[in-house]
Amino acid sequence: MSHDLLPIVAAAKAEFAQAVDAATLENCKARYLGKSGALTEQLKALGKLPADERKAAGAHINEAKAALEAALDLRRAELAHLKMQARLDAEAIDVTLPGRGVGYGGLHPITRTRDRIEALFRSQGFAVADGPEIEDDFHNFTALNTPENHPARSMQDTFYVDNNLVLRTHTSPIQVRWMENHPPPIKIIAPGRTFRVDSDATHSPMFHQVEGLWIDRAVSFADLKQVFTEFLRLFFERDDIRVRFRPSFFPFTEPSAEIDMAFGNERWLELAGSGQVHPNVLRAVHLDPEQWQGFAFGMGIERLAMLRYGVTDLRLFYENDLRFLRQFS
Amino acid sequence: MRFSEHWLRTLVDPPLDSAALCNSLTMAGLEVEETSPATPPFSGIVVARILDVAPHPNADKLRVCRIDVGQTSPLQIVCGAPNAAAGLVVPCALEGAMLPGDFKIKRTAMRGVESCGMLCSARELGISDDHGGLMSLPSDLEPGADIRTALHLDDTFITLKLTPNRADCLSLAGVAREVAALTGAPLHLPACTPADVTSKVAIGIRLEAPEGCPRFAARIIENVNPQAATPLWMQQRLLSAGIRPISALVDVTNYAMMELGQPMHAYDCRRIDGDIVVRFAKPGEKLLLLNEQTLNLTPDLLLVCDEKKPLGLAGIMGGEHAGIAADTTHVLLEAAHFSPSVVQGKMRRFGFVSDAGHRFERGVDFELPPRAIERATELILMICNIPGKTKVGPLIDECKTLPARPPVRVRAARVSRILGWPIEADEVATVFQKLGFVFKHEGDNFTVTPPSYRFDLTLEEDFIEEVARFHGYDHIPQPAATHSQHMLALPETQLPVAALKQRLAHQGWQEILTFSFVASEMEALLNGDAPKVAPVRVHNPIAAQLDVMRTSLLPGLLETLKNNLNRKEPYLRLFEVGRIFLSATADVAAQPYRLGGLAYGEAAPEQWGTASTKRPVDFFDVKGALETLAAPRRLTTAPFANTGADSNDLPPALHPRRAARVLIDGVVIGWLGELHPRLVQHLGFPQAPVVFELDRDLLRERILPQTAPISRQPMARRDLAVIADAHVPAQSLIDTLEKIRPPHVEDIQLFDIYQGSNLPAGKKSVAILMLIRDTERTLTDRDIDATLQEFCTALEKGHGARLRS
Repeated sequence: MSHDLLPIVAAAKAEFAQAVDAATLENCKARYLGKSGALTEQLKALGKLPADERKAAGAHINEAKAALEAALDLRRAELAHLKMQARLDAEAIDVTLPGRGVGYGGLHPITRTRDRIEALFRSQGFAVADGPEIEDDFHNFTALNTPENHPARSMQDTFYVDNNLVLRTHTSPIQVRWMENHPPPIKIIAPGRTFRVDSDATHSPMFHQVEGLWIDRAVSFADLKQVFTEFLRLFFERDDIRVRFRPSFFPFTEPSAEIDMAFGNERWLELAGSGQVHPNVLRAVHLDPEQWQGFAFGMGIERLAMLRYGVTDLRLFYENDLRFLRQFS
Repeated sequence: MRFSEHWLRTLVDPPLDSAALCNSLTMAGLEVEETSPATPPFSGIVVARILDVAPHPNADKLRVCRIDVGQTSPLQIVCGAPNAAAGLVVPCALEGAMLPGDFKIKRTAMRGVESCGMLCSARELGISDDHGGLMSLPSDLEPGADIRTALHLDDTFITLKLTPNRADCLSLAGVAREVAALTGAPLHLPACTPADVTSKVAIGIRLEAPEGCPRFAARIIENVNPQAATPLWMQQRLLSAGIRPISALVDVTNYAMMELGQPMHAYDCRRIDGDIVVRFAKPGEKLLLLNEQTLNLTPDLLLVCDEKKPLGLAGIMGGEHAGIAADTTHVLLEAAHFSPSVVQGKMRRFGFVSDAGHRFERGVDFELPPRAIERATELILMICNIPGKTKVGPLIDECKTLPARPPVRVRAARVSRILGWPIEADEVATVFQKLGFVFKHEGDNFTVTPPSYRFDLTLEEDFIEEVARFHGYDHIPQPAATHSQHMLALPETQLPVAALKQRLAHQGWQEILTFSFVASEMEALLNGDAPKVAPVRVHNPIAAQLDVMRTSLLPGLLETLKNNLNRKEPYLRLFEVGRIFLSATADVAAQPYRLGGLAYGEAAPEQWGTASTKRPVDFFDVKGALETLAAPRRLTTAPFANTGADSNDLPPALHPRRAARVLIDGVVIGWLGELHPRLVQHLGFPQAPVVFELDRDLLRERILPQTAPISRQPMARRDLAVIADAHVPAQSLIDTLEKIRPPHVEDIQLFDIYQGSNLPAGKKSVAILMLIRDTERTLTDRDIDATLQEFCTALEKGHGARLRS
């Protein structure tokens, strides 16, 4: 570049650097590279030079032009960057503000418990059965080897809606209904609402039970112990669970067992009634007890939910206080 | 059943401490529900004999006693009890003694006279409620002996929670028999040796209903001492069993029942006319029971009568008139066997429970009656004997056909199979032997005769339980058997209920569970004067306001709204899934599952940056939630018909102009709407909730996706704005277009509704967009215009809607 061009280039660069926005920069550019810009004038003047100098002078001017273009591009990029930066700053948000939306509602703790029970038993091949809540005397009692006047009937306080119709006092009638309609082998659980005339901190007139039934050629009391013990360990996700099977009496099982559980060395808690399905129950649904056998159990869902989630008053489940329910969301 | 451990240990005394004994009972099926100390803790109380009693110089009601507590010199104690008398043996709290309630006895001066301790009543020691005076102790106790030892007060009350099949353990002898079998400890039951008969006075017994009363044992004992006091040990034992001592004769019959399990009754011979007749009641007969209840007797009630009148309700309770009185000297003892079937259900009918009825209803050993008579005779002679005068009549044992005890076949192989535990025939034999069963066996096959005291052993399975119980359920090992394995069905076209609930929860809805029974008033309030379904009534509701089965989920939702509004909850989205009850039949079709919901408060939860769009939740917010719930199936809503057969489908609880039927693919699955303003006001809600109720199972139905080829052609969008009468339902326009929709129109959506100043009154503008694409070729503008033209024509023909210009 010839020395006489250097001041122009220097002046242009200085001006470009001064330009604070794209419009100013383009005005600056015009002053040097525009129609009557300083460098353009130089180019125009080339023709007046002698031919032997023209080529070298032209090269010098182009060199200077290229330098200016480069400076210009640099400045353009700088300005674009500054502009973007300003925009970004202007668009800043307070990321600490809460998100918007409808949020998650929640499932009732009994549903949550019941779903968990279903999932565990389904993984062992137990299908889920259901049945009516207004139940007839036959399915609630008689088919379960509990004829009228049987002292076992006074173990349960029954709601009556009609002579022969009750609000089912347990989920056991579902096993009868299932056996009436499905040939063995049978492997079901039946969760649902149940009703008894009882109301205090540990009894609700409506509560939930889950019934289990497994009938096959040789399903034994030992299987009952194994299945139920495994269920409890997995349900509570604890290894320190002690389980004991204690002789008891239910009209629809023989042998019968009450199932107690304890966490570690804490006291025993009654959890479920169970036993080998009574031959009279099998006969009532036309199954031959010599051919088919198995176990049944029934347990309270509330009890499991209370133990799992530390609920101390049964009534909380049915007050539907959102401050309680939200704790399970 | 409750009893004292000490009493049990007089019959069988295994080398087990109290806790181990209770554990073995529990694990054998006789659940120990509770144990409690027989008497509260106290110390320093000894047996004392009052030597003499002198008046107190300074107080009328106090007296000064000199007492012997086995020390070298007598003690002086000031006492206020009226029964303090020389010769009486009583409990004495010595100086330093600690009474129940941490009450310490000090040497003190009472009105100027020194007192070196305190003489005690039974209540002061927590032994009974008796506070009539000093507790009178047996005179043969050694003065100075610690009373806790002398009276066996360091005893435990054991309460058994017996299952109804184990009536044989409703007595000390029964429990002892069980303990002896379980532990091998020797059993010492009362011998019940026949008494020396010293009189010929007997009574005739006629069993006119032998199926209800096949055995009746009796005896007359004359000239007993009516003033005899029940000995302290017997009183203590009765109290341990929760039976209040009454008089020696009554106490003896109660004691024999608790000891042996045979309910007994004692009659005053003066009140009996002629023979004893056991028969069913005659119409019109009445009986006043000992509990002062008068029964109008019906012919299904078995009675013990004399020749003129009923004496008592057989096996349940004696009559008021023939019982033991304070001056009874001639007593008739009854020990009969009544069949469970004649007793069952009767107490429930009359609303009381008796110890006798409780036992007979479950089954009492039919071999017991003569033994019980002998035992009671022995005790009466021990307590009420007047030497030379008391006369014992002969034992009368009238016996018809006793309950049969058919032998039961038990196969050791089946025992193993049911229990899942290989067990040898020899082991089965050992168990039966220890339990005292009579049996024969050849190899694997047993023939067992149930004992007369076990009413629960009639089937092979019952004996299998005995084997398991005796060995201990805990000892049954892990199963070895393998069973057939089956996978579960997994219907993909039915959304699981859990997934349905999750869909709502993810939109901010909270699940609730409410009672299936509700107030009839609420049902009436919601369903009007002429409800389509009369709610099923609960005959014995737990509370008056829970007297009918719900016919919809609304009552529970509204109740929950009310309760949470009271707790200042401003925003609620509630739902419940449960059965409703349409008629009293045990049929699931009459008890369908519904999904009900309620939305209340703002359209969205309160949050920043939404102030300008704040508004109350409305029909369409909830409809949107239901659309998401039903997706990908298309959920629509349609107005309830004003006339015609369906016109009464509108639930009276809804705002009639803001209510709709909810449909999926044209099938009605429920309703949605605002609560009727009348109810909003009646229930005191500041704002109308939007409520819905849908058929749970119709909502769960899904279609298995079957994919079509994806078009590579460009998509065109065309908007269509038409002017229609304001009353034309928007959905009807869409339905019309859907009906004629050619395959290349992929979707038709309503995207705006406008009513306002630049439209004629009574008109609205409906904006509809169409997404158009052919799978095969690029559509020309001409193709598209032709389709739009068809659409416009259809809208005009069908609804008088014109293209907005």
